[in-house]
Amino acid sequence: MTDPRSDTPKLANMSLARRAFNIRRLAIRMGQVQGQGYLGQALGIADVLAVSYFHALTYRPEDPYWEGRDRFLMSNGHYAIALYSALIEAGVIGEDELETYGSDDSRLPMSGMASYTPGMEISGGSLGQGLTIAVGMALGLKRKKSSAKVYILFSDGELDEGATWEAAMQATHKKLDNLIAIVDVNNQQADGPAKEISAIEPIAPKFEAFGWFAQRVDGNDLDALVEAYDVARSDPQPRPRIVIADTKMCKGVPFLEARDKSHFINIAPAEWQQAIDILDAGRPA
Amino acid sequence: MSAIRHLRHARKPAAAGKGLKTSAMIASIAAEGQKTRSAPFGHALVELAKTRPEIVGLTADLSKYTDLHIFAHAHPDRFYQMGMAEQVLMGASAGLALEGFMPFATTYAVFAARRAYDFICLAIAEENLNVKICCALPGLTTGYGPSHQATDDLAIFRAMPNLVVIDPCDANEIEQAVPAIAAHDGPVYMRLLRGNVPIVLDGYDYKFEIGKAKLLRDGADVLFVSTGLMTMRVLEAAEALAADRVSAAVLHVSTIKPLDVETIRRECARAGRLVVVAENHTICGGLGEAVAADLTRSGVRTAFRQIALPDQFLDAGALPTLHDRYGISTSAIVASVKGWL
Repeated sequence: MTDPRSDTPKLANMSLARRAFNIRRLAIRMGQVQGQGYLGQALGIADVLAVSYFHALTYRPEDPYWEGRDRFLMSNGHYAIALYSALIEAGVIGEDELETYGSDDSRLPMSGMASYTPGMEISGGSLGQGLTIAVGMALGLKRKKSSAKVYILFSDGELDEGATWEAAMQATHKKLDNLIAIVDVNNQQADGPAKEISAIEPIAPKFEAFGWFAQRVDGNDLDALVEAYDVARSDPQPRPRIVIADTKMCKGVPFLEARDKSHFINIAPAEWQQAIDILDAGRPA
Repeated sequence: MSAIRHLRHARKPAAAGKGLKTSAMIASIAAEGQKTRSAPFGHALVELAKTRPEIVGLTADLSKYTDLHIFAHAHPDRFYQMGMAEQVLMGASAGLALEGFMPFATTYAVFAARRAYDFICLAIAEENLNVKICCALPGLTTGYGPSHQATDDLAIFRAMPNLVVIDPCDANEIEQAVPAIAAHDGPVYMRLLRGNVPIVLDGYDYKFEIGKAKLLRDGADVLFVSTGLMTMRVLEAAEALAADRVSAAVLHVSTIKPLDVETIRRECARAGRLVVVAENHTICGGLGEAVAADLTRSGVRTAFRQIALPDQFLDAGALPTLHDRYGISTSAIVASVKGWL
């Protein structure tokens, strides 16, 4: 049987660095609309999203629910601003729509929901749910004998949630080699640094003990991410895989990187344009 | 501290000796000698699955205690054991539904309602996914005490948008409900009676329809509005009351949501009858309060009483003892109604 995914058109040839730059720039512009947003997380995760959408995932931008697509799930719904940026960059959502971010009746609400946004596979936001849903989707794809994969992004704070570990154990038990988790380790959750709130570390040995194939990389190093995704996808063992990505909040905008770390970064009205200008000065090819 | 210690040890030792009733987990709520059928849910699902290849079954370590083991034996490749993990049970059911399958997820009603609530709400109901949540030990159908007694599930699930809530009476109704909830496109919560399940409705030419209340028996003095196994009890109570020349009607409301308010209003508006809502559930937030609120909103005036479990954590013990103690046994219902007339 031929793989129905093999005829997927290649996306335009553009460097991953430029894709990540574009995602960051779109996120800042979107945050500017409301004068707020989870920009620190968006800037931090932009490289992971660039590698996901422009290296790893197979999909059709014009048909976001194409059966043969790889599924990309976002459990941490407050990262929606980042995923909308990636979906705009991927051509799933029109760029004009970013002007509606967080506004009444917008398809781009502040917290991501499947029923609102094309390309948003699940409603995130109740943290700790995503991996459980990913387990079901991976089981479903196997039932359908599909070669599509499930990518699931969640945050380090979600390692506090018991359901994450229920799902981790079942993913191994069900031999879900079509499941690739990415955990964003920015060490920042609502009440402070993640590592001061619960003993989430050591993350990789925990997942290894649960039977996963785990890799830990610098989540803002595009080459390292590409290699980690490639290795994860080619692991021959029948087990789930995880890429633990250490990211820097506000990456790419030094004056924000230097700001006191907070779950919700406050940005003054004049600073939005300043952030765009700084980013633009380093525009990659 | 002393007050806490006092509460913990408030119970006195029971008198030991012969004739003590057991609170052991029982396989059936049937009375001795009552007609029953075995595992109606499991057999009905096996039958339906023959023509609905999208049906899959999932459980959280309770297949034997929800009759899903019948399905697991018949369709082993379509059965998923999710371990003792109700949250991943519901999340994975959502994921399978997103991929086009129709999961029947089973556990005990307490664990679905209390432990997995957020997953049912956000992962399943908010997206209106086609997951059928079928749960054993509804209300007071075990003597294990509050850890197992789902006295609050109807109230909890009635407040959840998109969710259809069913409380079937007997084996006959469960067998009809399984294909009906599968035919409904969206999430369903159904209370399960398992093991040897009483047969009650066979003599009533009963046809289950989602969202339809059915008059099983007419009467001039009392109108029982009942759900779940309480319909069995009020039918018995109606017989007993007839011997005392009290004429009682029984309106069986097995769909708690959406509520058939049209039929309920029409029957409750009939003059001269005491309306008694009977449910195997706390007096808070179940069928009784749903009916009372609708009658008030719609301006139907009637004498109104509730047969329901008290707003308490209930005792452990033998079911017949507890049903008497909390007023949901047939004799307790008859006594209550006589007192109200």
